[in-house]
Amino acid sequence: MQVAPSETAALNSYSPELRQQLFLCVLQLADTSLILGHRLSEWCGHGPVLEQDLAMANIALDLLGETRSLYQYAAELEGQGRTEDDLAFLRLAVEYKNPLLVEQPNGDFADTVTRQFLFDNFHYHFLRALKNSPDERLAAIAEKAVKEAAYHLKWSSEWLIRLGDGTEESRKRLDKALDTLWRYSGELTKPTATEQALQAAGIIPDYATLLPTMEAHLNHVFQEATVPVPQGVFMMTGGKEGRHTEHLGYILAELQYMQRTYPGMKW
Amino acid sequence: METVEINLEEQFQARIDADIRIEPKDWMPDAYRKTLIRQISQHAHSELVGMLPEGNWITRAPSLKRKSILLSKVQDEAGHGLYLYSAAETLGASRDQMLADLHSGKAKYSSIFNYPTLSWADMGTVGWLVDGAAILNQVPLCRTSYGPYARAMVRVCKEESFHQRQGFEIMQTLCEGAPEQKAMAQEALNRWWWPTLMMFGPKDADSPNTEQSMKWRIKRFTNDELRQKFVDMMVPQAEFLGLTVPDPALKWNETKQGYDFGEVNWEEFWNVVKGNGMCNKDRLGARVKAHEEGAWVREAALAHAKKRAAKAETQAA
Repeated sequence: MQVAPSETAALNSYSPELRQQLFLCVLQLADTSLILGHRLSEWCGHGPVLEQDLAMANIALDLLGETRSLYQYAAELEGQGRTEDDLAFLRLAVEYKNPLLVEQPNGDFADTVTRQFLFDNFHYHFLRALKNSPDERLAAIAEKAVKEAAYHLKWSSEWLIRLGDGTEESRKRLDKALDTLWRYSGELTKPTATEQALQAAGIIPDYATLLPTMEAHLNHVFQEATVPVPQGVFMMTGGKEGRHTEHLGYILAELQYMQRTYPGMKW
Repeated sequence: METVEINLEEQFQARIDADIRIEPKDWMPDAYRKTLIRQISQHAHSELVGMLPEGNWITRAPSLKRKSILLSKVQDEAGHGLYLYSAAETLGASRDQMLADLHSGKAKYSSIFNYPTLSWADMGTVGWLVDGAAILNQVPLCRTSYGPYARAMVRVCKEESFHQRQGFEIMQTLCEGAPEQKAMAQEALNRWWWPTLMMFGPKDADSPNTEQSMKWRIKRFTNDELRQKFVDMMVPQAEFLGLTVPDPALKWNETKQGYDFGEVNWEEFWNVVKGNGMCNKDRLGARVKAHEEGAWVREAALAHAKKRAAKAETQAA
């Protein structure tokens, strides 16, 4: 899906500083969908049951679609002639601004479901608010993506409940996944300086306003899953500012392989 | 009793000869049922295993657009697997049993997927040639005598022809690109040409099931007929791309209005069928691993569904 290019006038109404901040923020959102979509696509052909193979590929495809719209917008905001592929494939690891959560390995199905749920619960509520952004382009991207994110959240919520309230083994695996991944959930709603600038300008939602509905949904799902919500865990941050875990390098080695080996070609 | 059987069998063949579809509840000879279960499940397994060679390149696709198309194509194959397992289930086979037969090596899948995908151009070649060969095999199946199979194949074929076009388009982009890209395309064609000719199965003289399958109209063309059609269709496309088909014996035959072509390496064919291809162990191993590692997930889903049902019952009481 491609969103129609916005009016140049709208882009020019931002101050150069704000425009730069918006560029960085859109890039961060694009990186996030790209890396999570990449991770999910690693499951393709290896899912626990055919129906879930299809479901995970679906979510990955939605995220890749969102990724493309965001990189296209970022490229326009930057105005340096870079394309969506230049932005996706030809940057250094420190320049990727995705939160740490989405680059974590697939692990077993419980790890993947947990990572997905923690992300979806943020992503859906974030997009629902972003639909009302005065930035028409972001609002249009959110309008489309929020419908998909609603399905993603339904999928990951249902699976989290099944695994929590399934068998002894599934519960053990879910507990382990939460132990590994919960510490990356806080970064999603902890704004960076860039995000704060855009929140102050009213372009992206203030994360504090999302927390009550996010928490309500999470509490409901955990209760259904009969799993206690982890408390007092130290939250890891850094991805949104380019300080990543060791996993990102390997993702990029695969992701960038063709573009780096055969520079400047059309595919 | 025997006369009744004979009459049923005669009536069955009369329906087939009149091109009337056989439906799940209709009487059918045991051998017809068995042949179909074998063929449909083999086809479903091929879709499932066929996800692996292309899945191999999803994380390395060279552009975001190609990545989306490839992922969506591989996902279509999972979908085809689902329709086909469902079609086989209408004959009384269970998905669990069919998968168990795949995992034990009792059931076969298309040997083409035992070849490795080594470059991005393989994504083009697999779409163009492998899906092209699959379409030739499969289009006649849209008119096959068993109703649920024929109907599943109508959907499958629609999507396959899209896959083939996207494969050709990858090849075209490579052939119009830099010299390295064109070389990549030629190298892929060199590796895939002969294996795709093998996809039509052994020569008619060595194909024991063909005659009965033709009589039951499960099959409508012989292996050699389809192979000839494929060569006649693909050679001009390779020429259009500016690629060389790796067969020195390839030559237009004016009399038969088709190409003469070299002999398939049948030793290699039978070797791969017997399990000695480059990827037989890896492909089956990946399927078994996914299935075994998914066991606890499937058990958890069942256990949870039972708990749900019990809760609903208590609430209703």
